[in-house]
Amino acid sequence: MIEISDLKKSYKNKTVLKGINLSIEAGEIYGLIGRSGAGKSTLLRCINGLENYHEGSLSVNGVEVKQILGKDLRVFRKNMGMIFQHFSLMERKTVYQNIALPMACWGYSREEIDKRVKELIKIIDLEDKLYERPHSLSGGQKQRVAIARALSLDPDILLCDEITSALDPKTEQNILQLLRKINEELHKTIIIVTHQMSVVKEVCHKICILEQGEIRVNGNVENIFISQPDALRNLLGEEEVPLPKDGVNIRIIYTGDNVNDRVISDMCQKWNVGFSLIWGKTERYRDTFLGVTVINIDEENLPIVERYIGELNLRWEVLKNESN
Amino acid sequence: MNQTEVSQLILKIMFPELLNTIYMILASTALSAIFGMILAIALITTAPKGLKPQAFVHRCLDILINGIRSFPFIILIVAIIPITRLIVGTSIGVNAAIVPLVISGSAFIARIMESNLQEVDSALIEAAQSFGASNFQIIFKVIIPEAFPSLVSGVTIAVIAILGNTAMAGAVGAGGLGAVAISYGYANFNNTIMYSTVVILIILVILIQSLGNFLYKRLK
Repeated sequence: MIEISDLKKSYKNKTVLKGINLSIEAGEIYGLIGRSGAGKSTLLRCINGLENYHEGSLSVNGVEVKQILGKDLRVFRKNMGMIFQHFSLMERKTVYQNIALPMACWGYSREEIDKRVKELIKIIDLEDKLYERPHSLSGGQKQRVAIARALSLDPDILLCDEITSALDPKTEQNILQLLRKINEELHKTIIIVTHQMSVVKEVCHKICILEQGEIRVNGNVENIFISQPDALRNLLGEEEVPLPKDGVNIRIIYTGDNVNDRVISDMCQKWNVGFSLIWGKTERYRDTFLGVTVINIDEENLPIVERYIGELNLRWEVLKNESN
Repeated sequence: MNQTEVSQLILKIMFPELLNTIYMILASTALSAIFGMILAIALITTAPKGLKPQAFVHRCLDILINGIRSFPFIILIVAIIPITRLIVGTSIGVNAAIVPLVISGSAFIARIMESNLQEVDSALIEAAQSFGASNFQIIFKVIIPEAFPSLVSGVTIAVIAILGNTAMAGAVGAGGLGAVAISYGYANFNNTIMYSTVVILIILVILIQSLGNFLYKRLK
């Protein structure tokens, strides 16, 4: 649906995007992840033509965005709702008028607007606030209104720019649930720019991690979590745990149902293999659980462990110890 | 001067001139607000970060407005007499005074409204662009409605500035309360008249400001 190849952009002397290659399929929730200044918001704005790009190509449904001009660009943008970090609602208009604004600009009839606004207010679950003004709403409610506004022209694509960054964690969860609902029930393709891992875990199917205008990693969320690339660790700000110099360090990755298995304790009991636990965590990604554990065992036990974990069909690897 | 003479003066001279003043204020404010608004919209639209950057046009408008605003009002009245004659046919009287009042008022209002309109969050404008609003719609459906209360309070400030200017226009033959204060009060050493005109002007200012504040609160 969206194909980006070798996309480059610079402001004056500063290169913001250094050759981005990316492809986003219809129906996906795609995360553009990175720290501030990585170029993710710029990339998002290139998709609906709010920013231009200098080299490379960005096409949406086969049409090169750079070549869409004037009125055509406005029509093109109808097909892409956008949601912003600070909601960007009109303070002097009611919730109803805010949601209706895009339709009013596109000359829909009063009846059509009324019908659509009332449909949308049900989706965002704010029926009782329809005639309130934004200042009497909470942050989460404002963002819901902004989502309804973005959906009003029934676009195929939703662009979300740090939409949960100004919200508390609980509200963030609610907004993310709403996005999932929109993705699953209304079949919208959603592109999310964020620096929050929580967003990735809750909703994204695929992500790419941007660092200084370049894509470091991209692909399926689970795979990225499993392979734990440096870019991910950088992003999370996690320090690398110093590994013990003696023995062998093994990283075991559990997915889905394995999380609940007593893998390591069974190993101790059955095979009499002692270990020390170096590091571990279990996290939820969308609906599945992923766990990573790093253990340290004596070198002579390695073949036993190798066979045991191999039988269980777990992903695992021996970590290189710098001193060895 | 006895009691009856004063009340005669108030009724025969001050009251009609008060009406003249009010007429000048209303007419000049209405016209200045229209021209000022057009200029302000042109300024923000052509600005470097505006909806349609036009460096040359923006620069010209900027110079024009600064030029008008540099004139002391009393000099402006005299300086544009040819233009006034061209438009109204005379350079004396209430209608003639409206021409310089509108020219200086428009420049003043343009600057105030320019800053009011710039206050509108740029993210809101970006949001409007993101759903495909045209520049025209962004100005009239987003920027102006959002800035409306500030625009009203900007006009309130301008009305009071215009009131001050009408008094000055009075000095050069426009009529109005300013003329009364200068010719009957100041030139005839009649403190009663001079100060009562001032009191009337103070009351006018207070009324205008309260009305402006009331509207601002209602609209916000």
